[in-house]
Order: sequence, then structure tokens, then C-alpha cells
Amino acid sequence: MELIPALARWLHFLAGILWIGLLYYFNFVQVPALKAAAADGTAAGITRHVAPRALLYFRWSAVVTWLAGAALLGGNFVGAFTLSKGLAGIGIGAWLGTIMLINVWVLIWPNQQKVLGLVPATDEEKNKARRVALLTSRTNMMLSLPMLFFMAGGLTHKAGLGL
Amino acid sequence: MKNPLDSIWGTIISGLVLTAILYLAVKNFLT
Repeated sequence: MELIPALARWLHFLAGILWIGLLYYFNFVQVPALKAAAADGTAAGITRHVAPRALLYFRWSAVVTWLAGAALLGGNFVGAFTLSKGLAGIGIGAWLGTIMLINVWVLIWPNQQKVLGLVPATDEEKNKARRVALLTSRTNMMLSLPMLFFMAGGLTHKAGLGL
Repeated sequence: MKNPLDSIWGTIISGLVLTAILYLAVKNFLT
């Protein structure tokens, strides 16, 4: 059954590009754009029309990426997550991706809901939520570098990397 | 001390450093 892993890899790439692409969009484009937009009073366009849509695709593509990755690991799932011999490289990538998924659903999304006014919050709560969401988003951006390194080379190129 | 995650470049450099640390850890202790 080589078809299932091939399709799982394809879906893992598609959803992963959407997830990490939006993560980089938030960090490279939206955060600085919001700062500039707040200065000239045009931030509402982004917070009302762009950010909710971006977050919708962001959080669900994270789930699809993880599930497709789990399917792709197949029988190696437990070995990867227990960092077994020969699977430690891809296992580190899998753990980093899992931490990032948890960050999305437990820290980024609930706090962004407060920031965007999707759930009620005081100004003080919004300011705290903005800080937590930013730092978690930056943490995920930081983790994405080793995550992609180990995803890309942790299994397929482990011999070349000496892993 | 300023949080490196407050800037894009601080975040990228932190990610590169973490990549190197994890790579060496896997190479030396988990293979």
C-alpha cells in the first residue's frame, strides 16, 4: 500500500505550506502592517476582514498538517515520538510540529479571539492577550526553523546529515 | 535584557541557534 503514504505526504505538504505560510504572513506582513495601520487609523480593515479569515485557514490547516503527518509516519508513529534509533531526527520534527499545533489552539487562537473582539474582553485583557498571542506566534516562527530542518532531512536525508 | 522574540531577526537567529543545538543533540546522543 504505497498509495496512502504518497497521498498523505501530498496532503501534509499542501496543508503545511498553508499553515506555515500563514504563520510567516502574520510575522513578516500582518504584525508590522497593523502597527502602521494603527498609526493612520486603518487597522480595522485588517482586524475585521483579513485576520479572522487568515486565522480560520491557519488553525485548521495546522490540524490537517498534523493528521496527514501522523498518517505518513504510519507504523513509525510511536518510534518517532519516542525518538527511537533511526527515527530521532524525524521524531524531533514531529515533536516540534506537535508543540506548534498545541500553541495554535491553546494560546494563539483563544487570545486572538479576545484581540479581535470575537469574545468579550476588557482593554486590559485585550492588551495581555495581544502580548501572549504575539510571543506565541514568534515562538512558533522560531520553532518552525528546526521543525522544517528535521522534517525535510530527519528521515530522507539522515545519512547525509549524519543523523 | 530584551526578549529576542520581540524582533523578527531575533526570532530567526533564535531559530537557527535552536536548530544547531537540536541537530548536535540528535547527532551525538540519539543516533
